[in-house]
Amino acid sequence: MRNSSITNVSRRGLLGGMGAGAFVLAVGLPRPGRAQEEEPEFGRDAMPNGWRDDPKIFIAIAEDGTVTVTCHRQEMGQGVRTSIAMVVADELGAEWDNVRVTQAPGDEEKYGNQDTDGSRSLRHHFMPLRRAGAAARTMLEQAAAAQWGVDVAEVKADGHKVSHAGSGKSLGYGELAAAAMDLEVPARDSLTLKDPSEFRYIGKNSIGLVDNMDITTGNTTYGIDVRREGMLYAVVARPPVYGGKVASLDDSAALAIDGVEKVVQIDPAEFPTEFAPLGGVAVIAKNTYLAMKGRDALQIEWEDGPNAEYDSEAYRESLSQAANSDGGKVIRDEGDYDAAAAGAAQTVEAEYYIPHLAQAPMEPPAAVVEIKDGKAEAWACVQAPQVTRLRLAERLGLSEDAVKVNVTLLGGGFGRKSKPDFVLEAGILSQAMDGAPVKLTWSREDDIRHGYYHTVSVEKMTAGLDADGKTIAWRHRTAAPTIGSIFAPDPAQKLPFELGMGLLNMPLAIENIRAENPQAQAHVRIGWYRAVSNIPHAFAIQSFAAELANAAGRDQKDYLLELIGPARQIDPTNQGDVWNYGENPDVYPVDTGRMAAVVEAAADGIEWGREMPEGRGLGIAGHYSFVSYVAVAAEVEVVDGEVMVPRVSIAIDCGAHVNPDRIRSQMEGAVIMGVGQALMTEVNFAEGRAQQGNFDSYLIPRMDRAPKRIDVHLVGDDAAYDRPLGGVGEPGLPPVVPAITNAVFAATKKRIRRLPIADQLRS
Amino acid sequence: MVKLVINGEERQFDGDQDTPLLWVLRDEMGLTGTKFGCGIAACGACTVHIDGAPSFACVTPVGVLEGAKITTIEGLSENGDHPVQEAWRDLNVAQCGYCQAGQVMQAAALVDQYDTVTDEDIDAVMSANLCRCGTYPRIRAAVKQAAAAKSGTKEAEAQ
Ligand code: FES
Ligand code: FES
Repeated sequence: MRNSSITNVSRRGLLGGMGAGAFVLAVGLPRPGRAQEEEPEFGRDAMPNGWRDDPKIFIAIAEDGTVTVTCHRQEMGQGVRTSIAMVVADELGAEWDNVRVTQAPGDEEKYGNQDTDGSRSLRHHFMPLRRAGAAARTMLEQAAAAQWGVDVAEVKADGHKVSHAGSGKSLGYGELAAAAMDLEVPARDSLTLKDPSEFRYIGKNSIGLVDNMDITTGNTTYGIDVRREGMLYAVVARPPVYGGKVASLDDSAALAIDGVEKVVQIDPAEFPTEFAPLGGVAVIAKNTYLAMKGRDALQIEWEDGPNAEYDSEAYRESLSQAANSDGGKVIRDEGDYDAAAAGAAQTVEAEYYIPHLAQAPMEPPAAVVEIKDGKAEAWACVQAPQVTRLRLAERLGLSEDAVKVNVTLLGGGFGRKSKPDFVLEAGILSQAMDGAPVKLTWSREDDIRHGYYHTVSVEKMTAGLDADGKTIAWRHRTAAPTIGSIFAPDPAQKLPFELGMGLLNMPLAIENIRAENPQAQAHVRIGWYRAVSNIPHAFAIQSFAAELANAAGRDQKDYLLELIGPARQIDPTNQGDVWNYGENPDVYPVDTGRMAAVVEAAADGIEWGREMPEGRGLGIAGHYSFVSYVAVAAEVEVVDGEVMVPRVSIAIDCGAHVNPDRIRSQMEGAVIMGVGQALMTEVNFAEGRAQQGNFDSYLIPRMDRAPKRIDVHLVGDDAAYDRPLGGVGEPGLPPVVPAITNAVFAATKKRIRRLPIADQLRS
Repeated sequence: MVKLVINGEERQFDGDQDTPLLWVLRDEMGLTGTKFGCGIAACGACTVHIDGAPSFACVTPVGVLEGAKITTIEGLSENGDHPVQEAWRDLNVAQCGYCQAGQVMQAAALVDQYDTVTDEDIDAVMSANLCRCGTYPRIRAAVKQAAAAKSGTKEAEAQ
């Protein structure tokens, strides 16, 4: 049973076995992946290097019948290794007990796009992988029919064998693999996909995680676990301020420690820093402890550079000032906001603040790099192995072909591991040690203090209500440093994809809408964090919707549904959102009917409207992101200013379901991450330095603060497999926080406009 | 030089006696099932059993462990069939899985020690272990399931 981990696969020599004929179906040249006739500008077609559906890339069948599925998307807890294997195995007609999973290295030329972000793995690869499975099944049928001299239409592959009803003959997949390999891959349009009624794994709850046994017995390999012969261990002291560098170094005490091998300076990153290491001083030693001890013994004076003044409190004030001023870039303008606002019976305004956050995956960034005979090999927990390969090659002065990036399991990612700076550090240090394998480990303090932080933002909302309490004017000003600042000279303006995360495509039925984006400079590395700009946008919009309900004297849920308005399909490009999560707006319009349905489902799930005792309250919020619809209803209890969230109901419509259990687990996890963001999680800066460093100050929920009850409701057409899928990994998160703060208002009449709540409710 | 018993095997370590058990296990013995998450006793990723008691390997200097019996996730059961491990698989508790070795070791000590496990016990004991993926609801359910299975076993043994 313990056979799906990366270590075991390579240990048993399966990969080597391919050349020896054991994995016969895997041999062969891939056919070109991108279909010429399909639209190139959207979805999977528009991703760098597109997609592949060649069974010879993804499926290997050994002579004993073992099916090995190659997973080209990175596993970080979303269950993709299991889900991809389910898709392929189902179409292939394989028996689950005979299916193994192996992880692809970074090679987009071969596998198509491998960036595991944007909640895209199944959305983009479900259909290509189904076709890969169906093509292999067809080849097995053709091989059997040829062997028996019967028409291929008379045979059927299923249950790991091909059978001929007429003669009662059957042959196992292992017996047919060699002959099937010699066949041409059938043309894409000749394939017959299974009817969903025939699915045995897709959409079913019965499949356990492929890595379950390894995870529960400690047999997994994450980036931090990789071991190589003669390996050295390293940690790096990085500039405490973004853009700083070493002014002076005394490493004599570090080098005096028995087991410290070398101290190496790494050049400071230049702006824009992208994925370059931040620079600093590395200590390389015989084990991790000695490397850390050596680092503690370094005497370094830093030159702090241009961000030495960065102070979160002052910065919040500057964002607030920008968001309260006219003249910000107008990014959305429908109807006549000024006229409608001027004629309003009632004006409501509110300003919301969200601090920086660190992804803080439980496995901190870690990687091993080894350089031999002019070739570098990395083992790393990376979400984006292809860009890791490219940047590592550049940094080491090698060609792309001379660099291999093996992907381990990721102990969480949440966007942090989309940036391969830590792998480059390992590469630089291996080079400094004449190519010896070096494991570079980030301590938790390194992770919290030198991150790619979630942006910090002020969202200023203003609305006008008419005499009946209807919202007739809506203005949203968003001020936040952009992720664009790591890729180019700081544009100080949010990029289209950031604005497209719930702001430009905000679907509320209000006639007069204006959105503005005043400037904001970045002073730390800003990076993707699960759900990205949807977090501040959803917090502001869904809090404000509840504030408007209150101003109108209406029930929060009823008012939200009224704001969502009648069921309709919105083309977001008409609202200035040219991004639309990279998807075709004809295929993926914003559907307000689906939005309303998840709001109703979340409300039903929490028994909305029930009488609440003193100190308790219910709140609700809905948000569209990653082309899925999610609503959250939360129950809170506030005692002595402490907020507990005993119960949450979360409803998602993500289209048809591939792995329903993993949809549920992603929603559960999103709720708990959101509880943290509402109650306790933040990173602040003073004098350019992060004020938090480890889990004693960077707070995330523990068991005792997690909701005792989380009900997940899967809404919508769960079997519409011919229709486009939505994302799952990220869209659960954005509505959690406003649902909680709206519930806090219901419980206490105190409106939370600044996150986290921390001690704001203590008197 | 310190001698200790790790998963039933006698081992010794003659390096820096201040080295935390965590790095001895991971870097020197190759037992990477025990994870690093914080290094300051704040996350539980490094939970092992020292003479049967759940302990943070990251803050335990190896030098104090002369003669101690250490159990890591690799040695919790012969075939991965401790009731906690089975419940974990049965309920698909894991997401990324990184924290789960520590969670399993913490939970195993809990259900091995007590015949009944309440929600309050779970809050008190399992709050030592962080999970960034947010698997707490399933951990709670799995601990209860394992405790029930375990007490079932005990009853069977008593008969
Ligand atoms: S690594 Fe030991 S408690 Fe976190
Ligand atoms: S499962 Fe990922 S940290 Fe717990």
